[in-house]
Amino acid sequence: MTRRAVARTLVHLSLILATVVVLLPLGVVLLTSLKTENETANDGGALTLPNNPLNFDNYVTAFQDGGMLTAFGNTAFILLISVGGTVLIGSMTAYAIDRFTFRFRKLVVALFLVAALVPGVTTQVATFQIVHSFGLFDTRWAPIALYMGTDIVSIYVFLQFVRSIPISLDEAARLDGANAFTIYRKIIFPLLKPAIATVVIVKGIAVYNDFYIPFLYMPSQDLGVISTSLFRFKGPYAAHWETISAGVVLVILPTLIVFLALQKYIYNGFMRGATR
Amino acid sequence: MTHTTEKVPSEAAAPASEGTTPLPAPRRTRTWRVLTPWLFLLAPLALLITFTYAPIANMVAYSFTDWDGVSPELHYTGAENYTEIFTREDLFQVFFVSGYYLIASVIQIVAALYFATILSFQVRFRNFYKGVLFFPSLVNGVAIGFVFLYFFQDGGTFDTVLGLFGVHTDHAWLGTPFSANTSLAGVSVWRYLGMNFVLFLGAIQSIPGELYEASELDGATRWHQFRYIILPGIKPVLTLTVILSVSGSLSAFEIPYIMTGGATGTETFVIQTVKLAFQFNKTGLASAAAVVLLLIILLVTWVQRRLVPDDRVDLV
Repeated sequence: MTRRAVARTLVHLSLILATVVVLLPLGVVLLTSLKTENETANDGGALTLPNNPLNFDNYVTAFQDGGMLTAFGNTAFILLISVGGTVLIGSMTAYAIDRFTFRFRKLVVALFLVAALVPGVTTQVATFQIVHSFGLFDTRWAPIALYMGTDIVSIYVFLQFVRSIPISLDEAARLDGANAFTIYRKIIFPLLKPAIATVVIVKGIAVYNDFYIPFLYMPSQDLGVISTSLFRFKGPYAAHWETISAGVVLVILPTLIVFLALQKYIYNGFMRGATR
Repeated sequence: MTHTTEKVPSEAAAPASEGTTPLPAPRRTRTWRVLTPWLFLLAPLALLITFTYAPIANMVAYSFTDWDGVSPELHYTGAENYTEIFTREDLFQVFFVSGYYLIASVIQIVAALYFATILSFQVRFRNFYKGVLFFPSLVNGVAIGFVFLYFFQDGGTFDTVLGLFGVHTDHAWLGTPFSANTSLAGVSVWRYLGMNFVLFLGAIQSIPGELYEASELDGATRWHQFRYIILPGIKPVLTLTVILSVSGSLSAFEIPYIMTGGATGTETFVIQTVKLAFQFNKTGLASAAAVVLLLIILLVTWVQRRLVPDDRVDLV
């Protein structure tokens, strides 16, 4: 074998190893979710196949007793409103900052820039008191307000896109008698579609997966989102790995489907979102 | 950026309600023109101030008091909370835990860079590998926590796999501080590697292909190409990733909280702060801790901006 061939084999080996490392822990959980209580308790290996690969009992338990149905409902509600709100707020901010000159414009830009550096986890101690004082604590509006109010990255994404829309379009519309709101609604917003796709994907995944904010702000059982509801499996099902595994698969499955369907957009979305 | 829009005389921008008067009063037009951007910014700025700046201001104020978060009474205690953070050993301990995550993120960045480099060239099943490497970064954190609790438990996946290679141990992976923190940091590499990888891959692919061809004509090896074309080409993304990793290591929360709850010496800064504030009602002390973390992160960002000015590296 030449040196080049050896190198190529090593490259392939490393890729296969990485694939195993990524997929093995997930695969085992899928197997476990199809096993019965006895199977998980008795036999030694985590890698054994379930006796009946179509045993969906654990999924029924997870759905009914684990409250996953309510959880998906709550997540969907919060997701729709906060992602919609983020798109509106981000695009309006970007339009105002890019298309107008006004007093304190620099200050406004600086406020948004500096806020991007502040990690949300650090300020929750004090944010909690503010959310509480608005009476939002333990309602679904607490995470919605926080998701909409603290997303600076999407403003960056929109800002880049608004800049690339020629100002001559605004001017033409203005000569036709359109005011600033009509221009935003009829010209800017429709042209922002790629940016909107990016923000919807990045924000949607972030909201779907978030644990910290719902955990702090919505302690009630019936206000569980998928993260917190799954987290609560830890208590009652502590030794029942087959039920926990079913819950885990239920949570991961939608992500997998969305990923397989929208791969290209997801890669682009994250690249745009992160490199701003 | 130009702002020619505003120079266009815009009677049209006047509100429709003025349709009765043939010529809108110039003053009202001007008021509207001044007001319009603020109307767009009203909601975003209100949210920004309420949920980012007001909390920071409050947090700094709380950090000098002994407030418990509930009672109407609070006393000014000066810098006492800050001295407590830096002198009480059990509180200071969390900084050492961040060390595990910092080391892990170095490994993560190197591995991500390796995979991004090899997958930027033609490799069979390239898209499959790309998808597999990236997928974990989309998965819910609680789900990942459970997946790896099962992975590391006694007789779980990890022990079984080791058994296949003839290694039999009854070591409790999450049982001692060193091995628990190493395992947790490993999980965070598993989780975040894909995100770094995709960012690097995107940056590498935006490097013009002629550069590789030209370098090959000059007799460059793959290593030369990596060192002199790829590395400088992705420098902006690389530095961004480094600061994100540092602040991520300092604010690690989800994985350790879900998997161990901060037991056996795995408590991180954020877990500690959350416990102080919401379990022990020590809002004052927790605020001081949060202020310290915020300052460290701002400092890291500032140092990074100083060391590596944010200029686009010119390749040609």
